[in-house]
Amino acid sequence: MSTFTATKRPRRLYRNLQFPLLLTYRLPLAGLVSIMHRISGALLFLALPFLLWLFDLSLTSELSFERLRGLASNFLVKLILLLLIWSFLHHLIAGVRYLVLDLHIGLGLKSSRSSAMAVYAISLPLTLLAALRLFGAI
Amino acid sequence: MAGLSGIGSKRLVVGAHYGVTSFLAQRITSVVLVIWLLLVGLSLLFGPLSYDTWAALFAPLWMKVVSLIALLSLLYHAWVGLRNIWMDYVTPMWARLSLQSVTVLWLIGCAVWSVQILWRV
Repeated sequence: MSTFTATKRPRRLYRNLQFPLLLTYRLPLAGLVSIMHRISGALLFLALPFLLWLFDLSLTSELSFERLRGLASNFLVKLILLLLIWSFLHHLIAGVRYLVLDLHIGLGLKSSRSSAMAVYAISLPLTLLAALRLFGAI
Repeated sequence: MAGLSGIGSKRLVVGAHYGVTSFLAQRITSVVLVIWLLLVGLSLLFGPLSYDTWAALFAPLWMKVVSLIALLSLLYHAWVGLRNIWMDYVTPMWARLSLQSVTVLWLIGCAVWSVQILWRV
């Protein structure tokens, strides 16, 4: 153990990101995938009671199943569902990328950049597909 | 305490887990979730989705058990993620402790609810 001091000396904080910088700072693509992974995960956590409620409705009875159908035809609910579908798809695909990275595959600058791009190339078209399906275009 | 020589494999072992348990749990639960998703997704490929087919999927005991394991994995996964978020952005100890406590209680509540949803089918 080193020495204990009775009073805590205030330490200077060195931060390389300040709030105005946060708005203009351009993250590399892998960084964008990373923060979106966190944001989508947080959104899914916040939506957990809503999703459990939908799951409950879908399973309780034929009546509640129909109620879920009616609920899902509401425009606002569709928008919320689309946001959650995007969150889920991004979180899932970015998560698979992290699992692969954990195996020390694709750690290089170039390959990690292209895999970050692949996350968007897969999650965004799938989200678009879900949007078209939700809003009745297909 | 240990100086610079006490890092890496020569670090002073104090009995803490250094986050390895959480790290592993987050990965393992994510794999469980992907397997469960594939299981449900593949089952839905056969035939149109109606209440009867959907409820029949969750009727067998083994599917309830598997689904409960998946839901508990989801909640553990969420706990590790939320804990990371609170630790990164919330520095006052009282606020962090409160938020972490609320998160745990909330997730336990969701777990109880999941049991009820699954076993009512």
